[in-house]
Formats: sequence, C-alpha cells, structure tokens
Amino acid sequence: MTQEPILAIDNLSISFDTRRAEIPAVMDFSVSVQPGEAMGLVGESGCGKSTVALGIMRDLGRNGRIAGGTIRFKGRDMAEMSEAELRRIRGNEIAMIYQEPMASLNPAMKVGRQLMEVPMIHEDVTAEEARARALQMLDDVKLPDPARILDSYPHQLSGGQQQRIVIAMALMSKPALLILDEPTTALDVTVEAAIVELIRDLGRKYGTAMLFISHNLGLVLETCDRICVMYSGEAVETGTVAEVFDTMRHPYTQALFRAIPLPGADKTARPLQAIPGNFPLPHQRPPGCNFGPRCSYFEAGRCDAQAIPMQDVRPGHATRCLRTQEIDWTAAPEAEAETEARTPGKVVLSVEKLKKYYEAGANALFGGATQVVKANEALTFDARESETLAIVGESGCGKSTLAKMLMGLETATDGRILLDGREIQDLPVAARDGGLLGDLQMVFQNPFDTLNPSIAVGRQITRALELFGYGASDAERRERMLTLLDLVKLPRDFAGRMPRQLSGGQKQRVGIARAFAGGARIVVADEPVSALDVSVQAAVTDLLMEIQKREKTTLIFISHDLSLVRYLADRVLVMYLGHVVELGTVEQVFAPPYHPYTEALLSAVPIADTSVEKERIVLEGELPSATNPPPGCPFQTRCRWKAQVAGDRCATDLPEMRRFGAHQIRCHLDPEMLEGMSPVLRQAAD
Amino acid sequence: MILFLLRRLGVMLLTALCLSLIVFALTNLPANLEKIAKFEGNARMSDAQVESWLEKNGYAQPMLVRYGEWLGAWPGWTRTDETGEYGRCVPVGGTIADSPARCGILQGEWGESRVFREDVGPFIATRLALTGKMMFWVMVLMVPMALVIGVLAGMREGSKLDRGLSTLSILTTATPEYVSGVILIAVFASSAFGLKWFKGTATSAMENATFENFFLPVLTIALFGMGYIARMTRASMAEVMTSQYIRTARLKGLPFREIVLKHALRNALIAPFTVIMLQFPWLLNGVVIVETLFNYKGLGWALVQAAGNNDVDLLLGISLVSVVVVLLTQLISDIGYVYLNPRIRIA
Amino acid sequence: MEPLSWGAIAARILLQFLPVWIALAATFGLSWVYRSKLGLYGKLFDNRIGLIGLFLTLFWVYTALAAGLFDWIATHDPLTAVSGMKNKVPGTPLRGAEDGDYPYYLLGGDGLARDVFSRMVAGSWIVVQIAPLATLFAFMAGITLGLPAGYFGGRLDSVLTFAANLILAFPVILLFYLLVTPEIVESGLPAYLSAGLFLLPLVFLGLLINARARTNPRRRWMLLAVVLLPLGWAYLSLISAEGSALDLLPATLDLFDVPGGILVVFVSVIFVNAPTVFRLTRGLTLDLKTRDYVAAAQTRGEGPWYIMLWEILPNARGPLIVDFCLRIGYTTILLGTLGFFGLGLPPDSPDWGTTINAGRKLLSIFPHPAIAPAVALLSLVLGLNLLADGLREESLKD
Repeated sequence: MTQEPILAIDNLSISFDTRRAEIPAVMDFSVSVQPGEAMGLVGESGCGKSTVALGIMRDLGRNGRIAGGTIRFKGRDMAEMSEAELRRIRGNEIAMIYQEPMASLNPAMKVGRQLMEVPMIHEDVTAEEARARALQMLDDVKLPDPARILDSYPHQLSGGQQQRIVIAMALMSKPALLILDEPTTALDVTVEAAIVELIRDLGRKYGTAMLFISHNLGLVLETCDRICVMYSGEAVETGTVAEVFDTMRHPYTQALFRAIPLPGADKTARPLQAIPGNFPLPHQRPPGCNFGPRCSYFEAGRCDAQAIPMQDVRPGHATRCLRTQEIDWTAAPEAEAETEARTPGKVVLSVEKLKKYYEAGANALFGGATQVVKANEALTFDARESETLAIVGESGCGKSTLAKMLMGLETATDGRILLDGREIQDLPVAARDGGLLGDLQMVFQNPFDTLNPSIAVGRQITRALELFGYGASDAERRERMLTLLDLVKLPRDFAGRMPRQLSGGQKQRVGIARAFAGGARIVVADEPVSALDVSVQAAVTDLLMEIQKREKTTLIFISHDLSLVRYLADRVLVMYLGHVVELGTVEQVFAPPYHPYTEALLSAVPIADTSVEKERIVLEGELPSATNPPPGCPFQTRCRWKAQVAGDRCATDLPEMRRFGAHQIRCHLDPEMLEGMSPVLRQAAD
Repeated sequence: MILFLLRRLGVMLLTALCLSLIVFALTNLPANLEKIAKFEGNARMSDAQVESWLEKNGYAQPMLVRYGEWLGAWPGWTRTDETGEYGRCVPVGGTIADSPARCGILQGEWGESRVFREDVGPFIATRLALTGKMMFWVMVLMVPMALVIGVLAGMREGSKLDRGLSTLSILTTATPEYVSGVILIAVFASSAFGLKWFKGTATSAMENATFENFFLPVLTIALFGMGYIARMTRASMAEVMTSQYIRTARLKGLPFREIVLKHALRNALIAPFTVIMLQFPWLLNGVVIVETLFNYKGLGWALVQAAGNNDVDLLLGISLVSVVVVLLTQLISDIGYVYLNPRIRIA
Repeated sequence: MEPLSWGAIAARILLQFLPVWIALAATFGLSWVYRSKLGLYGKLFDNRIGLIGLFLTLFWVYTALAAGLFDWIATHDPLTAVSGMKNKVPGTPLRGAEDGDYPYYLLGGDGLARDVFSRMVAGSWIVVQIAPLATLFAFMAGITLGLPAGYFGGRLDSVLTFAANLILAFPVILLFYLLVTPEIVESGLPAYLSAGLFLLPLVFLGLLINARARTNPRRRWMLLAVVLLPLGWAYLSLISAEGSALDLLPATLDLFDVPGGILVVFVSVIFVNAPTVFRLTRGLTLDLKTRDYVAAAQTRGEGPWYIMLWEILPNARGPLIVDFCLRIGYTTILLGTLGFFGLGLPPDSPDWGTTINAGRKLLSIFPHPAIAPAVALLSLVLGLNLLADGLREESLKD
C-alpha cells in the first residue's frame, strides 16, 4: 500500500477531566483509512469508539482533550490546524452521521435549509444552486418527492427518512471521509437494511472513505473492508474483515463471536458463551492487558506485568495479545455438558381472536378528532408449558400491546385470553388476585427503567413476594428473596444495594428474579436483552433459559432480533401491523415457505458469519400507520410478491391462514408458490 | 385553529365567570353588606335599620340572583313605594317603565364605584390605560435585557460570563419589588445618599411620563421579572447548546456565531416565551406594589383602594379585567408556542 | 456618649451574632467531616454557589432560633419605644440608658423610636416560623392532588387543573385582600379553608401508610392508629378555636390556639402556592408513570396509591426539593407583601414586610429603618435561591 491514507491515527490518547481525576477514554490507538476504503470500528458501549470519532472531529467538549498521539488527515496533522481551518474541514472534507437521526436534525428548521447550509458555507454557492444540489442529493438517497421533503420539518418524516436526510447532509459537499457513528442502531431491521445498502452504494459511487462505528459485527461484515476491534479504550485487533472474522487472534474477539447467536448456535448443543465478569470502568482498569481478568487464556505474572503493545500477526493484521502464538485458535470452545432438550407440555395459555383498538387523542393541547389505533387484530395462538414462544416484529407491529393485554395492563377490545381455561382478557391487573399475578409476570426491556431507582434491590423483590402472598413472615420472605438472588447468580449482598450501583445486566437479572418471585408459570419478556451489550446479552439469555427449564415456565419472548429468536425459541409468531402473519416452529419459520414479510425480515438481519450467503430483499416504502391500515392484506403496500396473486386480491381481502401442518402463513399466494421460495440464508459451499 | 380558539375562548369565559362569582360571593358576605349599608346610609344605623336598608336596595335577594343582576343576565330589582320608583337600573327620579330591564356587564354597565363616585367602566378604562403605559415600558426594558442576558449566559455554560450573569439574575429574582423599590428610591432619589437622579414618585408620570419620573418604577418591576426570564432562557439555551443537532451544526463547519443565531436561538426561545407570558399574573402583582410605592394611580392602585374600602363594583370590575388580561396572555402564549415550535401543529 | 463609627457598628453587630457564628461553624464542620455519607446534602459541599446559599439560609434560621427561643442577639425589645430615639441614625447612643440596657441603637431608631436592629432580628423569627411550614403544607396539598391528577388523568385531571388555573389566574394581591379582610375572617371562611387544607396532610400520611402496609392488616391498623390519632388530635386543636366558626373541641382538649391572624396568613399562603406545586407534581407524574418500574408495580398488583406515593413520588423528589427551597423564598416574599399592604399581621409586628412599609414613608430622609429589613429579606431569599440552584446542579450530576 503505497497510497497515502486519508486518515492516519497514531498512538492517539484522549482523556476527560472530571472533578476527581483525569480519566483516559482512549489509549494508544492507531488506525488508518485508505481512500475509498470502509473501516469498521467495533466494540461494546463504553469502549471509546465514539470518542475516537469525536476526537477526529476535534469536538471533545470542554473536559475532553487529546493527551497524546497524532491524527493526520490527508497527511496534515490536525492538531496544528487553527479553529478556522478545522471549520473548513468539518462538514466539507470530513462529515459525520449519527445514531439518532431525529436528535441530529434541528427541529425548528426546514430540512431544505439544513441541507443547503452545507454548500453555502463551504463553497459559497448561491441559494438556488444549493437548493438544486439538495434536490439532486435527495434523489441520490432515494427519497420520494424531494421537493416536498425539502419543505418539511424533520418531525414530519419517519425515522428512516430522517436518517436518509442526515446521510444526504453528510454527502452534500462530497467529503473525502465519512464517519458513521452507529447510524442504524435506532432503526428497525428492515429500515436498517435499506440504509446500509444505501450507504454502501453511495460509498462506492462517490469513492468516499468510511469509518463505520458499530457494536454489531454483522453490520460491519456487510459494509466494511477492514475492521478494528476495541476494548476498554484500546484497539485490540485490526485486520481485514475476512481475516478477523475467520482467523481472529485476540481472545476478546473470539469471546465476542462466541457470545453472539450465529446461525450455527444451538441452545442445547452449542450454547452461547457469555464473557465472564464485567466491563472495567475507565478508572478501574487492571494493570497490563485490559481484558486479562475476563480472559480464559490469562497467565498471571505475564499478562498483567506491563502494558501490552500491538503486534503484527501478519502484515495488515495486528493484535494486542502476548499469547497469540501459544493459543490454539482452532480449538472448539469448552463444551458445557450438553443439556437436555425440553419437551413442551400441555397448553397453558391460549389466545383466541384477540383484538385491541384504542383511541388516541390527536393532540393533547388542541384536541381535534380522536383516532382509533388498531393495535391488534384477531390474534390467535397457544403457548405450552416450558415452551418458548417468540413474538417477532418491528416497532409498531403491536407486540407490546399484546404483552400489556396478557399482563392486564390493558383489557381486550374483543376476543379471549385463556389461562388454564380461565378467561382473563377482561380482568385488569387491579382485579387480579395474588395467585394470578404471581403466575403471569413480565421482564421489561429497559434495564435503566425496570427497577425503581429509589428502592433497594432486595426490597423490590420482597415487596413482590408480599403481594403474591408468599411466606408467613418478613424473615421467610427475606430468605426467599436471597435464594432468588442466588437463582439469578447475583451475590446476596446486592439485596441492600440501590439500583444505580448495578450495571445494566445486573439490573436485568434483578428484574428476572422479581418476575420469577411468585413461581411464575408464564413470563412475558419484552425485549429483555436488546438494550444490553453483546457479551451481557448472552449471559442474561442463558440465565433466562436456565431458569425457564428448571421452573418449567412458559416464556413469551418478544424480540426484533431474529438471530436471538432462532437461537432460543421453540416456536415463532411473526407480527405485522397488528396481525399474525406467520406462526410455526423455529425450523419452519426460518425455512421456506415464508410469508413475504418474514422473508424480508430474515434477509434484513445482519449476520456476522462470512460463510453465510444471504439473498438481498430490501423493503420499499414506509410502514403504514396503525390508525389507517391498508385494506386487504396488511403487507400489500410493500410486498414484492403482490403481482403474483391473481385478481389483486391482496388489495381487497385479508388472507386466511394457509396451513402447512403446524405451520401457518397468512398469504394469498398459492401453496405451491410459497413452497417454491428459495431460502434466504445459505451456507456457502466451502 | 378556529376550533382551538373557540375552545380556549370557552374555557376563558368559564374561568372568568367562576372567578367573578367567587369575588362576588366574597365581597357580598353579610358583614360586608352591613358595612355598605352603614357607609351609604348612616354609620350609626341599628341592625333593624340596616336590614331595611338592605331590603330597600335590593341586597336582600339571594346571592346568585344579585350576581345575575350584576352580570346582566337577570332583570334588575325594582321597587315602587310612595316616594317614587326605584330599581337597579332606574336612575334617581326615573321610572321603571323608562329604564331597561337588565343592566349589568353584558349591557356594558359596570356599576358605580362607591369610593370614587364614578362609573366603574370609564374609571377602569383610564386606570388600565395608565397601567398599560407602564407595562409597555416594563416589557420594552425587561424582555430584551432578559433574553440577551439569558442567551449570553447559556451560550457557553460554566464560563465566567455565565457565572456572573447567572448570579445577577438570581439576585434580581430574590429581590421583591418592595425591597428593590425601597432600595432604589433610597439610593437614587433620597437626600440620604445625595444622588437625586430620579424622582421618588411617579404621580406626575400619569400625565407626562419622563425618564426622570418614570424610570425607577419601570425598572423596579422589570428587575424582578427579568431575573426569572433570564434564568429560564439560560437553562433553555444551555440545554439546546448540548443537543445533538447543535453538534451536527458544529460538525458541518458552521462558525459559532451562526450556530447560536441560526440554530440555537429559535429553539432556545420556545420555553422562555411561555414563561414571559405566564409572568403576567406576577407582573400584575408587582404593578400593585409599585403603583402603591410610587403613588402612580393605575389599576393596581385602584385595586388597593377598592379592596381596602370594599368597593364592590370596582373590585369586581378590576378582577374581571385582570383575569381577562391573564387569560389573554395565556392564549397568546399558546399560539406563540405553536408558531415557534413547528412540532406542534393545530388539528 | 459619642455615636459609634461605621466600623464600630459593624464590629458590634458581628459580636452580637456570636451564637449564630458558633452554630454555623459547628454545622459546617460536622457536615464537612461526614459529607460523603450525607447524599445530596453532602455533595453541596462541592458546590460554591450552593454553599453560599446554605450559609445565608442557615444564618437566618439560626438567628431566628436564637432570637425566638432564647431571646439572644436582639439588643432591645422590638416593640418598645424609647423616647428621643425616633428616626435616629445608626450607632446612636441610647438616651437615658439604665444599667443592663444595651447602650446603643446599632442600626438606629425607626419612626416610632424602636430599635431597628432588634426588629430586624425579631422579624426573622416570624418568617422562619411561618414560611417553611406554610410551604410544607402547600407541598402536601399540591402533591396529594397533583399525583392522582397526573396518574389517573381523565376528568379528575381536567377538573383539578381547571381549579388550579382558576387560582393562578387571580392576581395574588386580590386574593390576599379577599381572604384576609376582617369581614371575611369573621365569616369563618378562612377557618373552613384551613380545615380543608390542613386535612390534606393527614390524608396524605394515611394513604402513605395504608398503601405500604396493605398486605399486613394488623400492622396497617396499628401504624395508622399510632400516626393518625395524635395527628388528628393536633389537627382538631389547630382548626378549632374558641369563638371561631369551628369550635369542635372542648377547651380542655384543645392543645393550642393559633392566633387568628397568623392562621389566615398561613391559609392564604398555602392557597397561593399549592396550585403551582400541583402543576409541578402533575407534570412529573405524567412523565414518571410511563416508566417500566411503574408497569412492573402494576403487574404485581400494587394499588394506585402505592404506585403514586412509593414508586413515583420518591423519584420526583429532586425537582420537588429544589422547588421547595425556591418556594420558601417566594413565601418569604409573599409574607413581606402581606406585611407591606398591612394585611393579616398586626401593624406593630416586627416582620420585615410591615417594617419596610412603615419605613418607606420617610424613605427620602431616613432610609435606614426600611433598608435594614429589606437587606435582611433580600439575603434570606437570595440564600434560598442559591441553595436551590446548588441542589439542582448537584442532583443533575448523576
């Protein structure tokens, strides 16, 4: 590589000054990006990857500063640039795309003006010229009706459209380097897939170099040429994507891959392996290798003796590990005792034609006509004892409303929910008795919200026990609470701690302990791990499954993460716009015949496995609103198979469930056509 | 939009009705009526005489009926005896037949002030004009200063400028008008300090307002409100400056000045705008104090006189006017909020 | 005797406040030592603004306590006039001083020949007695109504919000005039209002205990009895006074009587403050009720009041505490306003508002009688504001 890199970072260190001490956020970090190349920066939250991005932009706030090293952009040291020079580079030669599209657009300014601003400051063009360029750019990012969008405010656009605007804004001045900071994390999978494809195409079209920051290995595989894995402020491994994915040479990278559910993972034969321990806080980093305390190859006296430098494994592939040569990288993970597969028992919960409509006031301040939100339409399914039923769908599909109805937080508009044959659909939670409450419990999504920040952990569990009528005395309940903490593998002295002293994963464990406090028979888990880091996700998922197995609980697992669902569920229910569109066992749902929506969903999920080939199906258009769903099939507005159905029935009739044994698909397509679909995921022939 | 305005207007009318009813009830308690009788008739009336006076002058009717009369929704009382024809709407010496059946707020009859012996309607109009003049100058002084201070302080949170301006605004909010007024008069208008720059009274400003006689009262009101608005602006500005879209603007390469003026300002002004409008009830409060302190005979001064002397009609009139002013400003604040904040659209 | 110089006046005043300095030093010393264990209050010691605020606030609290409970600090009786001392400038020697009398009027004499310094000190006691308590009651009332309004929403919310806006649309002074005039006091209206307003804290505590101990009936009744019976008695003693509109308790059971004027002032201050607290609480509740832990509490079958009082309220405490400090400041200002218009409190009361009002008549010739209480009030309110600011900054830090 003789070409001069666009961006060369050498031994960069960034620190933040706090009142107590100076905290190093990034240490000894080196990376370079060639023209036209896409570089992936991967790591868990808090590893410093976003700080690197802001460091390049020299936008570290008042407390942050670059403590050492150099950042060279096109060969020039950015530290020597004046404020005015930096301004000329920002937005012009280096542009950035952020995680939250809504937050990164000015809410009080029309989209057009925000776009036009870029060439107007940097190239001094006239307003008309800038507007013409903005129109052209909106066309490039495939937004329909660009002229109308230029005159809209950001809140009038959907999340996907907003992110396209942000991308357009970044590309307005044809930058040489584009920094993308988790550009799709806030979006739904199908939208994410479309955005990723767009970024890839535009990158190719304009020859822009990219620094792609993400926590999602699958996304990096799909978008990048090279990858840099970060852990606790340091780069631990860099190399080409193929090399790092297939022949990783750092224990952390390896652990990361073993913690994520890849298509080959299996809950009984090859379970996920959580990384033990916790991510070290910046001021509690261990001596020597930062990953040492959590590493299974750790050698005392050597790994913790001195700072570990980066060393080359091969040209272009470097790792920060002393024992690269000694570790047998091909060895299979220590197999845990193969666990027995569960056999689902009798039906405990059945839902029949459940429907939920609710009214939403158009505007709290100004009133206006109320609209009916059709959250759920005629849902029918069963759940059996010790079975995991996954409910899959994107935001707005009505899966959370379903959970609320099961819990009694909402009552049904129509239809029935039967628990052991008892109708509970009209029983609001306030009218449920202790036994029923204890039987049906929930694990919530947001770990920072699930525990009351003002109440000690133990107390939150004992209070639940009190209400479920467990135990005769406080002492008895306390004892039970401590055993529950044991159950979720938390030390007993956590009982006296306040939630803010716990990490996200630990909080989620307390939430699980609380849900199982009354010996719950059905637990609804609403995206219980989606807010957690990859390594913690595996631990919490495994814990949930282990308890479920022991307690023979029915687990209703709501998720948008198909990889995870495939790993842990027995049966899958796919929802779209309030309807069940497909229902079947994991094997059935993940193989043809597919519902056209399931097909698109599967194709959208990024998979961090180089040996898997995927058919690309990108959904066009926007998710219709639940207040005004399309007639006929809910998916007809975005379905690529619609033309295959004779007589335009998709637009007029709601399809019936087609049954293939236990496998049900709500589609008008002929059974033969459904059967004839090709699989979305294929193992590449080695 | 029309629907929204109508709804708001409905709520406003309801509020005004409720409030005037409360004031009416409180000013027409038996003890107050007795005082009125003695004031109008003769201070040494016996209880029986008081009763008969009240009977004769329509005060013996149920409270709600009298409220209806005051409102003009109910026909005024009439009485005919040997001395002539009397009634709420009957002028002295006039006849019932020649007089209108109803005379109340709805007919534009606000009643007569017992203390000033004047029709309440025009009386309030003149006082309102005087107070309006003062409020106008208060706004002219207060709002730009508060916004500038708030924006400058919030622009770079934690800087020396911010610390200084914030302390200044806290100091002014902590100083009620009767304290700042007293201190200002003592310093700038008394012989004690020798700086006789301004006048300690604003009586002459009623006809001819000059910088000398009007600045101190205006400043006194403005100072108290200013600190509060400035702090709100600062908080709002500081929040906006840490928001992501400001970072976007910065990383687009915009210079700081343009970031503040083009991107931050409009978003930062949404919150203080409502605050300024909601300040009105408190400003009215300040007006009463300052008008009393500087002897400026506006609405606040009239309120004190009316309340102190149980001048029922005047008191009712003033409370109605002030309530309407407060509610109108709230309405304006809502509309302005919508204008400033494109995220809220009117159905 | 010669009049004192300004330096001598300052020195003597500082000396006069000696008990306050000792108390302040002790408080700050102890708090500094244990600051790591004191939560939010302890963190205040990292914040210069908050510390200044705390200092000013505590200064007046200790002054009030020393003057009100032990009769320290003040040099003369705040109500006694001494002939020949009318409108005398600060530092004037006392005419005809006897043994044991303090020989100077440190801050001069007022228009009725009373000692300005002693009146200022005595005024602090009135503020410290009324302002925090009245604010506390306003908070209890506002919280008890704001929580259900935000939590249940719907018609209840509309009605309560309308009522709150109704009170807020009133010019405060008009409200005071209406509530405090003798005719209205005579009619018993404030007594009924106070009966209602003072009942709310009892309701609040009752709900608090009931919601918590619901699962254990025996403990519930015991706790309710232990807390509510004495408080109920105190409540009845508070609202019933001989000869007033509410004479519920026989005199032998009536523990204490609050002077009618003070009670009225109390009620009006609560009445003015409660709607604002209501709005704040309602807004916070609307936000907090969407949290997952509230849903978790619902799914384990908690009643609405448990959720409001034990799940939502503790998490709203930050903004409420900050607002509490600010509101004590407003209440102090309001008390001054009442005094300024001669409402409620007796005309010779040494409270700051009344004193300022009395002093303003001769302001252009003798400013000192008005300036001393003005500065006192200013410094206390400033202290409370700075304290609130410091608390807000520190509570936002984590």
